[in-house]
Amino acid sequence: MEIALDRITSGDVLLLGAVLFCIGLYGAIAKHNAIAVLMGIEIMLNAINITMVGFSFFNQVKPYAGYLTGQIFAIFIITVAAAEAAVALAMIIAIYRKRDTVDMSNIDMLKF
Amino acid sequence: MDLATLIFWLIALVLVVAALMVVGLRNIVHSALALVVVFAMAAGIYVLLNAEFIAIVQILIYAGAVTILILFALMLTRIGGVQRTNPTNRLWGAAVVICALVGASILYAATNSHVLIASGSNGAGQLPSGVNNVVAIGQLLYSPSTYSYVLPFEVASLVLLVAIVGAVVIGRED
Repeated sequence: MEIALDRITSGDVLLLGAVLFCIGLYGAIAKHNAIAVLMGIEIMLNAINITMVGFSFFNQVKPYAGYLTGQIFAIFIITVAAAEAAVALAMIIAIYRKRDTVDMSNIDMLKF
Repeated sequence: MDLATLIFWLIALVLVVAALMVVGLRNIVHSALALVVVFAMAAGIYVLLNAEFIAIVQILIYAGAVTILILFALMLTRIGGVQRTNPTNRLWGAAVVICALVGASILYAATNSHVLIASGSNGAGQLPSGVNNVVAIGQLLYSPSTYSYVLPFEVASLVLLVAIVGAVVIGRED
């Protein structure tokens, strides 16, 4: 991995993606509010998208799809992330309506 | 240092600080507003990496739709009388350790990958001249040639349909 200050290298983009992923992971693990956990997951997905687009930009091998395979992946990740956000927020609202809480440590109906 | 690199590092700095604000602020509405900054700055990174279509989609879907969804969910799940609406649980120390380990393993893998070192430093990811990024992605997504993504695209539309129906079914009052 090479990090240079005079031009953008793949190491720069990977470092940014890794830092963002770790911040999002922290938010997803260490939060009480379910919506805050969802925000952490969104940050993680954005970090992955940045990494994908970075691989597409620094691709030298030219597979069959040209340079754009990483960007196509990013489009599908965005699609799935939007669907996931909608379903997860609907679940959070349904749980809030039934149990009057969005605290992740109180939502333990499946714990045995 | 040329201008694009300077802008990249500025955007990266704002991005990381805004992400830290998302996980660190005490009021969850402020966290949601910092999340808008994260999404917008990620769009800037995409523009710098010659991914104009992804940048537009990022602004439209993330900074527009997902933020509105999150703010509406916050509005519908308000708990009165609590000052710190975004507290951390007692696992936050373990979470810091886990995140540091994950980040260290990612950076180790990125440093020691032979493939990555071979294709490392040159940012020559431009399309051939005269080809638009949006046009190229559209041809990859729609044209029924051998190596296009028509089938995954249709499956993605099915996923979205199921997600819409599922969200309505889960979220309705009964």
